[in-house]
Amino acid sequence: MTDTTPGSLAEFLPRRRHVLAGTIAGGMAALFGAGTAAASDIVLADAKNYPVKAFAQKTEADALSALFGKTATVSPKITLDTPDIAENGAVVPVAVQTELPDVTAVAILALDNPFTLSAAYRIPAGTAAAVSTRIKLAKTTTVVAVVESGGQLYSASRSVKVTLGGCGG
Amino acid sequence: MANTILVRANADGGSTVVQALIRHPMDSGFVKDKSGKLIPPHYIEVLEFAHNGTVVLTALWGPAVSKDPFIKFSFKGGKKGDTLSISWIDNKGLKDSRTAAIM
Repeated sequence: MTDTTPGSLAEFLPRRRHVLAGTIAGGMAALFGAGTAAASDIVLADAKNYPVKAFAQKTEADALSALFGKTATVSPKITLDTPDIAENGAVVPVAVQTELPDVTAVAILALDNPFTLSAAYRIPAGTAAAVSTRIKLAKTTTVVAVVESGGQLYSASRSVKVTLGGCGG
Repeated sequence: MANTILVRANADGGSTVVQALIRHPMDSGFVKDKSGKLIPPHYIEVLEFAHNGTVVLTALWGPAVSKDPFIKFSFKGGKKGDTLSISWIDNKGLKDSRTAAIM
């Protein structure tokens, strides 16, 4: 990067350096960065449409019908990456990836959690059909990845053994 | 609110890899505090990433997403210096957003 960058970019460079310094120092105080109005407006609009019902369901079928209004068929084209044994159920890395075309959504479910649905992602065109995140598992359970591709739902599942639950005290 | 979003976006051969870490308790509503009272649910509901104003990922999260949540994904396009904006809102209406330059 050069110093001849115009306008908005130049504005971002010092901030980036703060981020790096702040990460190393672990300090958060100097990190305030004002967001664009656009992004926060979008998030507000989406918050109104937050699928409360889908996140309150206790079975895979109910959660999927509340979120997508349909059921999923098992597909070998989805790669679901989880540990076989999770020592700490509070932080279980989950990665979903698929070679299915026209993916519009990815959802992660844990069947034996108090509420089945853990996370859902809307994938716009141009975004890779691959997300990694970390979820909590209450106990040993089957984790299901659901992918919406061309209007159809496909799923893949894996069993994760949990030695210390991440959902209760 | 102090900034809660750490993000790194790297442009690499036509696509951009984004990794973000949000500082948030993500209380599930099932955990008790030291006095035995349930800690009420407090979690991020919606997290949005936009590249130059176009949404590239919407995450809808429930209480089962881990504390200080992490997300990694990638999208086509994006070059060094482009703007990536990140914004979240939780079930109590708290929110935060920031912008970062793609590296």
